[in-house]
Amino acid sequence: MAFLEINALRKRFGALEIIKGIDLTLEKGGFLVLVGPSGCGKSTLLNMIAGLESITSGEISIDGDVINDLHPSKRDIAMVFQSYALYPNMSVAQNMAFGMEMRGVPKPERDKAVADVAKTLQIEHLLNRRPSQLSGGQRQRVAMGRALVRQPRVFLFDEPLSNLDAKLRVDMRIEIKRLHHQTGTTIVYVTHDQIEAMTLATRIAVLKDGELQQVGSPYEIYNTPANLFVADFMGSPSMNLIEAKVSKTNGAASIVVDRPGAEPIVLPAPNSADATKLRDGGIVILGIRPEAVSDPESADRKSKNIATFASHVDLVEPAGSDTFVVTKIAGKEVTARMRADADVRPGQNVSFAFNLDKAVLFDPQTSRRV
Amino acid sequence: MSAADLITSPPAREPARHSNLTRVVIYGLLLLFAFVYLIPLVVMVMTSLKPLDEVTGGNMFALPHHLTFDPWVQAWGEARIGVSDTAGIAGYFWNSIKMVVPAVAISTMLGALNGYVLTKWRFPGHKLVFGMMLFACFIPFQSVIIPMAVILGYLGEIGNSLIDATGYAFGFGNPTVNLVIVHVIYGLGFTTLFFRNYYEAFPTELVKAAQIDGASFFQIFRRILLPNSTPIIIVTVIYQFTNIWNDFLFGSTFAAGDSSPMTVALNNLVNTSTGIVEYNVNMAAAIIAAGPTLFVYIVGGRYFVRGLMAGAVKG
Repeated sequence: MAFLEINALRKRFGALEIIKGIDLTLEKGGFLVLVGPSGCGKSTLLNMIAGLESITSGEISIDGDVINDLHPSKRDIAMVFQSYALYPNMSVAQNMAFGMEMRGVPKPERDKAVADVAKTLQIEHLLNRRPSQLSGGQRQRVAMGRALVRQPRVFLFDEPLSNLDAKLRVDMRIEIKRLHHQTGTTIVYVTHDQIEAMTLATRIAVLKDGELQQVGSPYEIYNTPANLFVADFMGSPSMNLIEAKVSKTNGAASIVVDRPGAEPIVLPAPNSADATKLRDGGIVILGIRPEAVSDPESADRKSKNIATFASHVDLVEPAGSDTFVVTKIAGKEVTARMRADADVRPGQNVSFAFNLDKAVLFDPQTSRRV
Repeated sequence: MSAADLITSPPAREPARHSNLTRVVIYGLLLLFAFVYLIPLVVMVMTSLKPLDEVTGGNMFALPHHLTFDPWVQAWGEARIGVSDTAGIAGYFWNSIKMVVPAVAISTMLGALNGYVLTKWRFPGHKLVFGMMLFACFIPFQSVIIPMAVILGYLGEIGNSLIDATGYAFGFGNPTVNLVIVHVIYGLGFTTLFFRNYYEAFPTELVKAAQIDGASFFQIFRRILLPNSTPIIIVTVIYQFTNIWNDFLFGSTFAAGDSSPMTVALNNLVNTSTGIVEYNVNMAAAIIAAGPTLFVYIVGGRYFVRGLMAGAVKG
């Protein structure tokens, strides 16, 4: 039995259904990231776990105990809010000790717990300050400290990094990851930033319109997205999606991408696709990540399934570590990731190598992966 | 904008060409208006420091020849108020204090509690309830005097039966208690409005965080909301204190004779129709009557505008 279990969870505001039947599990010590565009219900779901939103139907349990009707304070959870929600009238130490004070923990014990956590988070020198005297990053740390100090069964993070500037966000992301490794706590984390999701999670749940699109490890979500939405949402730059036709000869399927005014590109079917489900002449969407489209020299040597063709370069975006090259195939923009020093200029005809080991196929009708 | 911002921010625009002339006009006008506003007070203070023959015989604007504090002593402890046997306004002053302090404290606390519930513990129909409370701000006081008198009459009857039963009225029917009740009820609309608007902008996540931390309804109110409400508490206290202290209608209707508040006593002193009118004593009494509100403004004034603005603009 999983540590955190969510069964057939629904939330309705009047006639509007926000959460449409979600099943999720998380093992003890796991790091579950709920990710999705704004309005997908991820924050509502987190608030339901916290007990700040009521549950219309379904069940949430922690360590076997159903917590549906428990008051937030009785669920043994701690939450880090997007705005940090530090009490402005209290010092950092008082902020951190407030939860224990409310639970009647004696003062010496509270002081010790606060001191321990402050040491872990390196905020000892801030303990006597007010939240208004702290910088954004320090507030973030204090907010985490307040959650940590009570040693709850589950930590809930509601977009905790979205108010920080870009550099600090990366630092804090690493910090949170390290904290998770050190303490081994169970975390549910909400974000709309797919990079945060990829880097932090042991398990990602992608939501859209209150429905679960896919649950899996970051590797699974990234490499074998369940549908077009997940493929498009996860990864930056996002996955190239190209319309193509299936051609079958003697049971071996190949993918044909028609190009107006040029030779069609014929590619072997990716290994990830179930060849028996491919119909001769059927339309599919070929999904391939920018890093699987490269210049032939930097193509993955271990891949057994590389197809090379020439195409016209539309745009070159040097990003320092890589160069992103945009070309048009079948009217769709396709982004390729090439070496940083690749000598490519707009207007040239350049060879592109498709690593089809990393490609996936989708059915345009159902938008599911084939 | 804080003082530091004012210092570091550059001048908004170039000074005007005739800046000196403009300045003279501005300061001249300001001084003129300040003078107009201060004249009555100056006359009051000077009159209160003159002997009576100097007041009746001399120029109103003349400085006192014989500086005397007798009118103040008389007003406080000796003057005859209406037909009462009590001397001076001292007793009525304390009547007002006994009325205004609990009335302000209770109406402010209840307003804060209402604002807290109406913003952070919303229930179906909260808008309707708030709308009806707002309505209380627009009811003319004159129209409720008779119903109020009926209710206070019932309370008085309860007091009488309590005296019969226990020998003690527990405050029922006491004129000061009655005035506190009346002022709390009629202040509630305003105090609720003030606090609701202030708490509307108060971050709800703080309440949620406190809930997760295990704080109860009243613990959240006392530990999180109230300590962060200083500006609006001061606004409410100033507003309520001024209104209740200056109230004449309820005071003259529901508290008679020796239990009258200050405003009623001042009226009885000044409007006496027998004997000579002691202007100097009247002026001293009027200044004493205005003193407490003045004091509250001076102590809390700088928060007043700040607090009135808070909640008007979000963020």
